[in-house]
Amino acid sequence: MTKVRRVISIVVENESSVLSRVAGLFSGRGYNIGTLTVAPMPNSQRSRITIATQGDERTIAQITKQLNKLIPVYEVVEHNEMVEKEMVLVKFPLTESLADIEVLCEAYNGTIVNVGVDMCIGMVADEPCRVKHFIEASNRFSPIEIVRGGVVAIER
Amino acid sequence: MKMNGAQMVCEALVAEGVKTVFGYPGGAIMNVYDAIYKQDGFEHILNRHEQASVHAADGYARANGEVGVAMVTSGPGFTNAVTGLATAYMDSIPLVVISGQVPQMLLGTDGFQEIDAIGISRPCTKHNYLVRDIADLPRILKEAFHIARTGRPGPVLVDIPKDITAEIGEFVYPDSVELPSYMDVPKVEAVDINAAVEAILVAKKPLLYIGGGAVLSNASDAIRKLAEITQIPAVETLMALGVMGADNPLRLGMLGMHGSYASNMAMSETDLIISLGARFDDRVTGKLSEFAKYAKVIHVDIDPANISKLVAVDYPIVGDVTEAVEMMIPALEGKVNGEQYADWREVLARYEALYPQSFEDSDEVIKPQWVIERLGETLGEQAIITSDVGQHQMWAAQHFPFDRPRQWINSGGLGTMGFGLPAAMGAKKAFPNKTVINVTGDGSILMNVQELVTASEYKIPVINVILNNHFLGMVRQWQTFFYEERYAETDLTFQPNFKALAEACHGIGYDVTTKEEFDAALKDAIEQDKVAFINIQVARFENVLPMVPANAALNSMMLPKIANPDKGEK
Ligand SMILES: Cc1ncc(C[n+]2csc(CCOP(=O)(O)OP(=O)(O)O)c2C)c(N)n1
Repeated sequence: MTKVRRVISIVVENESSVLSRVAGLFSGRGYNIGTLTVAPMPNSQRSRITIATQGDERTIAQITKQLNKLIPVYEVVEHNEMVEKEMVLVKFPLTESLADIEVLCEAYNGTIVNVGVDMCIGMVADEPCRVKHFIEASNRFSPIEIVRGGVVAIER
Repeated sequence: MKMNGAQMVCEALVAEGVKTVFGYPGGAIMNVYDAIYKQDGFEHILNRHEQASVHAADGYARANGEVGVAMVTSGPGFTNAVTGLATAYMDSIPLVVISGQVPQMLLGTDGFQEIDAIGISRPCTKHNYLVRDIADLPRILKEAFHIARTGRPGPVLVDIPKDITAEIGEFVYPDSVELPSYMDVPKVEAVDINAAVEAILVAKKPLLYIGGGAVLSNASDAIRKLAEITQIPAVETLMALGVMGADNPLRLGMLGMHGSYASNMAMSETDLIISLGARFDDRVTGKLSEFAKYAKVIHVDIDPANISKLVAVDYPIVGDVTEAVEMMIPALEGKVNGEQYADWREVLARYEALYPQSFEDSDEVIKPQWVIERLGETLGEQAIITSDVGQHQMWAAQHFPFDRPRQWINSGGLGTMGFGLPAAMGAKKAFPNKTVINVTGDGSILMNVQELVTASEYKIPVINVILNNHFLGMVRQWQTFFYEERYAETDLTFQPNFKALAEACHGIGYDVTTKEEFDAALKDAIEQDKVAFINIQVARFENVLPMVPANAALNSMMLPKIANPDKGEK
């Protein structure tokens, strides 16, 4: 069966062991975690975990069902129609042209968020493939460090 | 009422109707043991190893359907219990295991006998709890029992730091649980039943495929009725023996790796599988791509994750097996008649005649299968049979005439050697008036053999029938078939004096080399009412047949020599 990429949101009880239950389910059953993002949901006792994963359709169906069996899991959403964003921070040396770096960031709806004595930091938050392209383009400016976050998604 | 956490544990167990707790004390759980000393609401059995405590609680639960309870200390007490948890988890057995933990101020410091019990047990429990606040303790205990017994049952671990069992709090045991994120029993949908019924009505070669879920759901009566009104033949998994009853004319036997010829052929040729609480385990399906190639699949399972996990399901029914079958019965009654699948039954009857579940008996040496058949003839319906893991387990499954569910207790999913004796003790505690036999091997019995002492002390007279082949027989069988008879580390010629071992532990032992001696020993053991070893020298190189080699198609069986070719013709 062909592999598909899928983003899954998991609404969980906000308790200390819940992340290990979710992550352990993935590792124990051999499912793939591409990215993982977790944060408490505003005004509630719950957290939202967003996982980007890959697998054939049967595996994806299993992931959803197995997640639903975990006791502290309230809801599992396999995203179809979604807005999906990922963030990246890139540190550039100021031996490169600040203006060129700024143009690059803006081309990807990002900005320069910090300028220091000998380095600057650019930020982009966009769809994962756009972030990937931005990182590729950044390589022209000798990046010192690239920090990429996981996916967050919201159903349209 | 105000009390400490240890007393809360005892009060909760009493409130849950627990009669027997199996366990072993130690530093982190001592407060609870102090409370146990002061109460008389339940009996505590001191096993001689924590693994045995959990298996005993498990055997108890399998025998009577109630939640089994075990109690262990932190660190090594808990790690010893892990095999027990995993065994129960794989077979969906409801247990609550309570473990002590180091005091909270030591958590995370590598304190003495500290181990991350929650982390270790996560993949082998249905759920687990680390109690962090005395105020949560009554609720957590209530939830633990609820989660263990509802839905797809399973073991739940409650890990309690020592300071919590000492702390005083207010005890009010909740009447109900509020777990909005937990779905206990999904309701069977009538539309799903209707679709399945339509499929049954047009099928030509339907087959009931019955699994351990049917036992857990107490679905035997309903399933027998379904079979009777439809006259659809049935196969059972290792975990479902007894559901149809050995004498049931519609029962073809066990299927799978050591299933009967007729069962495996039926599964290979059916055009409609009606799966009732079975989960298409690899020991049942053989090579998946060859499995039941011509069949549509109805799958009733309480766990939605089991549906289409391995085999694509055409008619999913999520919910309790009993409920689903009871909905099917009126929808089918009057619409099918005994004739509808007569041709199919005829084909299967021929398969049964061709290779019946038989063996070549001997006058020189005791055949292990003979022992099982003899047990069946002598004890029949009133006995409970437990087993360890290996050839003896398969022979017991093939040859004992199980008449009712919960009569057969074995570790199917995990295949845990050392399960049989403690599980037998649990079953005997649940049914003191029944004869409980552990069918075991000379390898398995030595794992948890210390329980002879426990069984003697607490007068739990279980009889261990040791099919002694001086081998790790099942592994030896694979070496014979698949490793050119290189018997690496499977020879058990060097062994203890089993008779003396039983006697040293205040039980009774018998050495048996003839059929007459076996009959006499069994009779005497039952009369003596003591924990017993009946050590039987059996044919060393006997193999379990039929056998589907691992990952071969279900219909490519290695078969015994003594087929009845003439009966197959017609
Ligand atoms: C704890 C554990 N260790 C290893 C195995 C692998 N194993 C499966 S069957 C078997 C041999 C069992 O020998 P015995 O109890 O003498 O039974 P027999 O097959 O001879 O009847 C072994 C080692 C197991 N199932 N469980």
